[in-house]
Amino acid sequence: MMKRMLTAAVAAAALGLTGLAAQAESLKIGFLATLSGPPAALGEHMRDGFLLGVKQAGGKLGGLDTEVLVVDDELKPDAALTKVRGLIERDQVDILAGIVFSNVMMAVYKPIIDSETIFVGSNAGPSPIAGKACSPYFFTTSYQNDQNHEAMGKYAEDAGYKRMIIMAPNYQAGKDSLAGFKRYFKGEVVDEIYTQLGQLDFSSELTKIAAAKPDAVFVFMPGGMGVNLVKQYAQAGLAGQVPFLSAFTVDETTLPATQDTALGLLSGAQWAPNLDNEANKAFVAAFEQEFGYVPSIYASQGYDAARLIDGALKQAGGKADKAKLMAAMKDAPFESVRGDFSFNTNNFPIQDVYVVKAVKREDGKYATETVEKVFDDKVDAYVGECAMN
Amino acid sequence: MSATLLAVQTLNGLQLGILLFLIAAGLTLVFGVMDFINLAHGVQYMLGAYLAVAGYGITGTFWGALLLGLLGALIVGLVLELLVFRHLYDRDHLDQVLATFGIILFLNEAVRAIWGSTPLTLPMPDILSGSFELMDGLRYPVYRIALIAAGLLVAAVLYVLVTHTRAGMLVRAGATNAPMVAALGVDIRRLFMLVFGFGTMLAGFAGILAAPILVVEPGMGDNLLILAFVVIVIGGIGSIRGAFIAALIVGLVDTLGRGFATDIARLVMSPSAANGVGPAIASMLIYVLMAAVLFFRPTGLFPARGG
Repeated sequence: MMKRMLTAAVAAAALGLTGLAAQAESLKIGFLATLSGPPAALGEHMRDGFLLGVKQAGGKLGGLDTEVLVVDDELKPDAALTKVRGLIERDQVDILAGIVFSNVMMAVYKPIIDSETIFVGSNAGPSPIAGKACSPYFFTTSYQNDQNHEAMGKYAEDAGYKRMIIMAPNYQAGKDSLAGFKRYFKGEVVDEIYTQLGQLDFSSELTKIAAAKPDAVFVFMPGGMGVNLVKQYAQAGLAGQVPFLSAFTVDETTLPATQDTALGLLSGAQWAPNLDNEANKAFVAAFEQEFGYVPSIYASQGYDAARLIDGALKQAGGKADKAKLMAAMKDAPFESVRGDFSFNTNNFPIQDVYVVKAVKREDGKYATETVEKVFDDKVDAYVGECAMN
Repeated sequence: MSATLLAVQTLNGLQLGILLFLIAAGLTLVFGVMDFINLAHGVQYMLGAYLAVAGYGITGTFWGALLLGLLGALIVGLVLELLVFRHLYDRDHLDQVLATFGIILFLNEAVRAIWGSTPLTLPMPDILSGSFELMDGLRYPVYRIALIAAGLLVAAVLYVLVTHTRAGMLVRAGATNAPMVAALGVDIRRLFMLVFGFGTMLAGFAGILAAPILVVEPGMGDNLLILAFVVIVIGGIGSIRGAFIAALIVGLVDTLGRGFATDIARLVMSPSAANGVGPAIASMLIYVLMAAVLFFRPTGLFPARGG
């Protein structure tokens, strides 16, 4: 009996030791993305970008054997919360990353920060996290949510539009979007239209637009709503007449469905596949070869998240010293596919923002292309409220 | 708000109503005649659209896509009937809801596995791709006129089939008293299978017709299913005539609500408050309407069964 217990103890100790040894050499990342329901395409782009980043590092981010646990948050805050707890407590991940939607982000933010787990976001950038609720454990390779809407507001202002109709779904992100647009657009907003979330038919709204004859429209209609709107906008003959500005509406996730009807439409974005820098050229070529489709901003952000983790681990010499790793993260020691990239005090990017246009490339595939730079080294509107420095 | 604007919005509302009718017709037929709650009706609508996109890939024309899409939707519907639905006709509604909800999950994921999550599109047929000027600065696609015509055609065909043919008579008799009809030597199972196959094909047909103007993506039928239920509840379950009129009412109320609620709210409150209140009211209107109909006429506007 005694002997047996001893054996067990030795075995346990041995296991524990090997466990430790393995831990020192390997890295476990929990990656959350929305992979079911209608918006799954966004999550898939983001995941594919991240996994490509890991693959290009030979499966070893920062030289550590990397295991990525990809988890579907189902776009349900409560489900995401359960899964995040599982990743932190059961799987003991070193780093969490991903998250497409802000409502999911807000639901899991506090548990992540409280557990002192480093989080590298690759899409959602809600204002509280950039401002009052900022945390040293949170980094993002995407944007603060308002940024691309602000870019279109500035573009509309610079283009000399005087009367505009702006439109978004009737929920928090829609309201934030239009508020961000109006922060830079100083002309008259003839009508501010809030539609139902998941709306199918826009003929009523298009009729309003045609009747009001604005200089241009600005819309935020993510996912399938955007596809419906873009198609119907063209079919109503408005496409050539009233300039169509948007954010998160016309991109590589929706272009396969809108095709020619979206050509020439303008969006705000911090990245496009044709951005001219070495890192981006290599990324786009590798991505298209690996997955067979054109990457979107979500893919670029996922890829940058993996590159950031890789660069920070290298600079910090591994994951053992968390404070050192976080300090390394803050330096953003990697070549971003969007060119200029650095972290502000709230760990949100300082970056350039462009107006991009939907085009059909020579190989027949649809993509966005930069038209002009709207902001140079854009700083988000909430950094002043963040107590970190 | 000018008279032209009102007229155009009314047309928009009627057209949305016709689209809703196309979806609700099959649902009310199956629900009313077979007393079977088919939540999977929405995914069958989605399947129609996806099969048409696949058909377009093969044939390269809209009409080929339409044909293959309809055929595919019918086959899938009959297979589902054989494998799943057939065993549920005698069970209570809760069992039917559970089983058909499972089919929603299964088919949504199956579609994602086969075609991916990225939304797809079905091009319009060239002959219907023109448009004409409806009012200054707004063009109206010919395709939408064709959609209205198709909806009216379906309504007429259904009306004739159900009320003026022998099959329609059997269907109505079967719905009223299935054991009696069976006792008279009619193969009631086969009859139900036919009705179900037809209902499925109608859902698929709606999906195919909607595909050129709406997005084709996994789960595309889920939102519409709710609207379709609102329509058949208002119209009276099982009544084709009720579904038709209720669909038009719902389409009109929804479109006019979206078109004018904010403007009307602005008359009585500040613009920023109206921007919040208008859309909220507009999105509630059809449900308020449904609640009102249920309160005053619990069996709907045009109950199919006497009593």
